[in-house]
Amino acid sequence: MQSLTTTFTRPEGLQDVVTHYCPGCTHGIIHRLVAEVLDELGVRERTLGVAPVGCSVLAYNYFNTDFLESPHGRAPALATGFKRLRPDMIVFTYQGDGDLASIGMSEIIHAANRGEKFTTIFVNNAIYGMTGGQMAPTTLAGQVATTCPMGRDTGKTGMPIRMCELLSGLVTPAYLERVAVHFPQQIIKAKKAIRRAFQYQIENKCFSLVEVLSTCPTNWGKTPAESTHWVEENLKSYFPLGVYKTPEGAK
Amino acid sequence: MPGVVIDKNHCKGCELCVKACPQKILSMSKEITLRGYFYAQMHDPSRCIGCRLCAITCPDAAIMVNHHGQLYLLYDY
Amino acid sequence: MAKILMKGNEAIAEAAVRAGAVNYFAYPITPQNEVGEYLARRLPEVGGVFLQAESEVAVGNMLFGAASTGKRVFTTSSSPGISLMQEAISYMAGAQLPVVLLNIMRGGPGLGGILPAQSDYFQATKGGGHGDYRLLVLAPSTIQEAVDLTMLAFHLADKYRNPVMIIGDGMIGQMMEPVEFPDSYTEPELPPKTWAATGADGRKPQVVKSLFLDPIALEKNNILLHEKYQAMKREEIRFECYKTAPKNKILLVAYGTMARICQTAIDELEGEGISVGLFRPITCFPFPEEALYAEATKSNIETVLTIEMSMGQMVEDVERVVARQRPVKFFGRTGGIVPSPEEVIQQIKQILASGQPTKVKV
Repeated sequence: MQSLTTTFTRPEGLQDVVTHYCPGCTHGIIHRLVAEVLDELGVRERTLGVAPVGCSVLAYNYFNTDFLESPHGRAPALATGFKRLRPDMIVFTYQGDGDLASIGMSEIIHAANRGEKFTTIFVNNAIYGMTGGQMAPTTLAGQVATTCPMGRDTGKTGMPIRMCELLSGLVTPAYLERVAVHFPQQIIKAKKAIRRAFQYQIENKCFSLVEVLSTCPTNWGKTPAESTHWVEENLKSYFPLGVYKTPEGAK
Repeated sequence: MPGVVIDKNHCKGCELCVKACPQKILSMSKEITLRGYFYAQMHDPSRCIGCRLCAITCPDAAIMVNHHGQLYLLYDY
Repeated sequence: MAKILMKGNEAIAEAAVRAGAVNYFAYPITPQNEVGEYLARRLPEVGGVFLQAESEVAVGNMLFGAASTGKRVFTTSSSPGISLMQEAISYMAGAQLPVVLLNIMRGGPGLGGILPAQSDYFQATKGGGHGDYRLLVLAPSTIQEAVDLTMLAFHLADKYRNPVMIIGDGMIGQMMEPVEFPDSYTEPELPPKTWAATGADGRKPQVVKSLFLDPIALEKNNILLHEKYQAMKREEIRFECYKTAPKNKILLVAYGTMARICQTAIDELEGEGISVGLFRPITCFPFPEEALYAEATKSNIETVLTIEMSMGQMVEDVERVVARQRPVKFFGRTGGIVPSPEEVIQQIKQILASGQPTKVKV
């Protein structure tokens, strides 16, 4: 019998615990991708994560790295304060759309504009998950949420905010890419983007943000499989995937 | 010969792996785990090609993929 | 060390640097702008971090992140800015992070004014943010004392792993006075900062947080914080008595710039044969309760007169402590108006004559 080789297993960067995320919620995939990248780049022992308020508020229970728990929307400011004093450490914020694009909009824009050398993993599932399905800044036109039960009326609440496009308008160099994790081939591409983001940080090159379209079966009122298709047919069309900015200027 | 090990204590029965498997050899069990989920299981290990798509799409890192001897990996991950 | 003539704001900035606090995050706001301007030049000289944030909300949260490294960090701001930091301050208290914040107070509420005031006493001592937490609050009345208390604040913040706030006012920030810095910064030994986030290298991950969803854990955290505040009450109370004497009939109670003005009034009255004493809290939390009670209830004291540059905030602590053993009167000017010694003298004479201070006529 030849030896048994393992080609896929739980990364060391993830703690061996069952997460609180709902069945089929792709937060779990994104956590795993970040953990795998930190392990592969060999930086996990000198990494600091900053958890937001939202579904991933308990992220610090799942990663094998030191963590800070940030007030709602303020993770980029915590990361700024930490990174400026410990530029030798790898710092990332992990934030949802309510956290980053609503209450934390000022913090993320100014951190990006200062070119803070940390990485942001921005999970966009177009809804407030932890608090039970309210409308988020990225909720799609007509999408039903508990605070827009008749479907989002963009006449009253404005259009969903495209963060990568918004941030790419800043002049300061940065790496911005939008990816998705609803099908395996998307997950593979998402991992490449996350690795590229952390690589820029290791090279102390620029601010890096990866926007990851994610699912919320519970609050979308869909099964996990239906949710992945909803991303493919609706979320992805309003939030086109792709590289929006790189420090080299090339796409 | 590739094979898959599903940790049923981590599985939440979301069925994403069942959809992702190109060989269609994963299915949901009839019993439930202590957490009350039907867990995913492989019902025909002989046809597993070790492609890792199930493990990659699992939100709970519940799936380990391993094999004996040489295995051609279709893509790097 | 020779005395240097310095503006309060700059003296405070230099004091922090001398205490090893070379990491400063701030936002411009009158009347404390000179602190940031001074440090923008000074901190690069000492390898520190200077960053002007996009708002005081961001400042408070940058402090949280920076303090989590275990290094000494601080900010200075003024009333409206300190209000914006209250959420972060509550988080830092809950997460037990050492940080020093200086509030160079100005007239409020709202945008208020830019002149000196003491109307943030409640916010500082009763907790401006949510939850059961307290700040150790120090109130300097001279620029030299501001320097000394700033240096002390960094030690106390580390000793108690709790935010420490210094409440000066526009006068202390803007005035120039000769100050002296110690040749070297000495402080009692502190335990190593094993709690700091330094990377899970060969150890389990460390989390700096104030979130405790489990009520038992949250209560345990609150009790832990409470024990620190009890320890502060046992060990950190500071106050000063000025010309308190057996023949005094009136005891003034004032802090910061207001106390200094009272001292001038007391000296002038002494010339007229009227003897008045002053009780000056230096720590507003922990409030010097026993000491004030002892002074106020001396047999010769007939009236306690609290004077503040506010509509009366510390007076409530004075009333609580004196507990109706003596009548507690109040006189205050606000809006940035700083009472003159003559006004204080007039109030004292008024009380001696009729037992009542006069109402402020505007």
